[in-house]
Amino acid sequence: MTTLTDPPKESFRLSMLIYDTRYRSMTIQVVALIGFMLLIGWLVNNTAQNLLDLGKEPSFSFLGEAAGYDINQRLVDYDNQNSHLRASFVGLLNTLLVAVMGCITATILGVIIGVLRLSKNWLISKLMTVYVETFRNVPVLLWIVFTMAILIETLPVPRSFKGVDVGAVVVTNRGIYVPEPLFSRSLGDIHLFGASSFRFDISLDLIAFLIALALGLFVRHKINQRAHRIQEETGIRPTTWYLSLAAVAVPVLVVLVTLGFYLGYPEFKGFNFRGGTHMRNSLIALWLALSLYTAAFIAENVRAGILAISKGQTEAAAALGLRSNRIMSLVILPQALRVIIPPLISQYLNLTKNSSLAIAVGYMDLTGTLMGITLNQTGRELETLLLGMLIYLLISLSISLVMNWYNNRVKLVER
Amino acid sequence: MKKSVFLGALTVAGLAAGVAAAGTLDDVKARGKLNCGVTTGLVGFAAPDANGHWEGFDVGVCRAVAAAVLGDKDAVEFVPTTGKTRFTALASGEIDMLARNTTWTFSRDVDLKFDFIGVNYYDGQGFMAPKALGVSSAKELDGATVCIQTGTTTELNLADFFRSNNISYEPVPIETNAEGQQQFLAGACDVYTTDASGLAATRATFENPGDYVVLPEIISKEPLGPLVRHGDNEWGDVVRWSLNALVAAEELGITSANIAELSAGTNNPEINRILGTEGTLGEMLGLDVDWAKRAIMAGGNYGELFEKNIGESTPIGLARGLNAQWTEGGLLYAPPFR
Repeated sequence: MTTLTDPPKESFRLSMLIYDTRYRSMTIQVVALIGFMLLIGWLVNNTAQNLLDLGKEPSFSFLGEAAGYDINQRLVDYDNQNSHLRASFVGLLNTLLVAVMGCITATILGVIIGVLRLSKNWLISKLMTVYVETFRNVPVLLWIVFTMAILIETLPVPRSFKGVDVGAVVVTNRGIYVPEPLFSRSLGDIHLFGASSFRFDISLDLIAFLIALALGLFVRHKINQRAHRIQEETGIRPTTWYLSLAAVAVPVLVVLVTLGFYLGYPEFKGFNFRGGTHMRNSLIALWLALSLYTAAFIAENVRAGILAISKGQTEAAAALGLRSNRIMSLVILPQALRVIIPPLISQYLNLTKNSSLAIAVGYMDLTGTLMGITLNQTGRELETLLLGMLIYLLISLSISLVMNWYNNRVKLVER
Repeated sequence: MKKSVFLGALTVAGLAAGVAAAGTLDDVKARGKLNCGVTTGLVGFAAPDANGHWEGFDVGVCRAVAAAVLGDKDAVEFVPTTGKTRFTALASGEIDMLARNTTWTFSRDVDLKFDFIGVNYYDGQGFMAPKALGVSSAKELDGATVCIQTGTTTELNLADFFRSNNISYEPVPIETNAEGQQQFLAGACDVYTTDASGLAATRATFENPGDYVVLPEIISKEPLGPLVRHGDNEWGDVVRWSLNALVAAEELGITSANIAELSAGTNNPEINRILGTEGTLGEMLGLDVDWAKRAIMAGGNYGELFEKNIGESTPIGLARGLNAQWTEGGLLYAPPFR
């Protein structure tokens, strides 16, 4: 008779943490984590202690004090008696403005250049190669300063227009003045967020205009649907272009006439042009340089995306009788988008972060206000820099979030 | 075991960092070099010459301190700082003192935790405009575009000036004097504003200085002086009295020409105390007896430094004005050496 005995149960010994492969990697990770936490703790503690020794305990109360300085480009109302927080908000909006403008321009330019670089035309493809290689191999700061220098040195000073009858658009070395839309029977503004530092005015005229436009587009959509239906039933598509045009134009025109729309032209008075919308040289320089620089990278992403689509797709589309520009826009680009979008996200992030070089041309962005003048006038280096880093982090994460959502929508759905 | 050694090392490093902040004077002596923060380049006040040798009025103060402490007026590491970086550089200990035409204000002294050790130039903010603009007063500048160095008191003065006169302006912030000069000369701004001395210094470097005028209004008080970190009083005393020695030397007639002769001993006890032939002033500061003598010999007394760098015989051509000795109607008044 045999007796079955359980194998002796191995009891846990401390040395197994090192010698037993089941636990070893865990042990190493825990030790490394503790070491890392200690290092971080020491850094934080050391900083806090040093600040305390200097008599500067961390505090954010300076944000409520009057800023005392002026900002030239303001998207919301601001004067030098507003708080530092308000000044930072003005800077933040300036950052967002140049980032959004830059991303749009860079994308358009990048797609065009990326496609043209694959062109069969030797001259065009070589020119685009030269463009891409020059722009992405020179630091963006140099491009920004260079663009600004060109604007300042080559364009005429506003004074030279004294007594000259200028047209609607004036180009000077202080920026470009374009006519601004004005309303003689304006509806006024909506004031958001009351009297806080984040107060924001939205023009009711703009909202009315957008509603009219949306209404027009909706009606046009309905007209097209009806045309489709008739085409399906009878095989003949009714002529609808004048209906569509009227559907979009009439509501918009009605709103504009009701509100008394007119254009305000720039006019030379005193030292500068008054009236019109002033796009400052600093904004133009920063926007152009960032767009041109980032477009070079986007062009390469686009080219990679297009090359990733198999040649069979082009040949199949050609066999169906599509012309080459239609093959590109209907067959290749929609598929290439799946390859292009993920690297495009990081280009958008780069552009947004590079916009912090704005102070090189005197553009008052978040870095120039919160982390520049406010830092200097209040001497709160640690607080302003931490706050600034946090804001940039939030902007970047928001961009990633939106772009990832878009990527999920267009990516190949596998079943 | 290894871990505890590592942690021990960390602790020691942390403690050492705490102790190191204690005595700047000892640090400078141990290093054998004075780290002095200056501008990135403002002719007359601090700018490197063709050989990379720093020269200027503020540089003279740095050299005097280096001579007093280290016995060598060239034992200075000049650290160029912008209006934005200067305070961080000083607070972090990157530089031992800052001599960068910095205005003495309440909040810098109290809130930013610095000690201004005196005033080496009494200045005020002014405006410079092209003659062609036809402006004769700053009050006519309604709607003008103004170039201004960011991170300076001038930025706040400018806002106050235009607000109190109820006129508008468009500020163009710039980072350094060189950028301001470029924008101003190209006409991207109508006027350039900074301390009147800075305007004179900047104008002196223009191709046609005669085409530009400095407007008569001085819109602020700008007492410019060297500063050190708050809390290190021994070091503050050394820098303060090095500057006072230069001022007192001019008042008492000690110049770089006659200092050798005077240091043999004179009838004037104050001269003797400054030059170390009488009393123990140097010892009290933690220096040797010849400290002030070396400071004065480094570039001459206050008046000599002024004349050589920014005085009327130089292209900058500043008059002494408020910066004359009190005996001659100015504001310079060194406390007694006793």
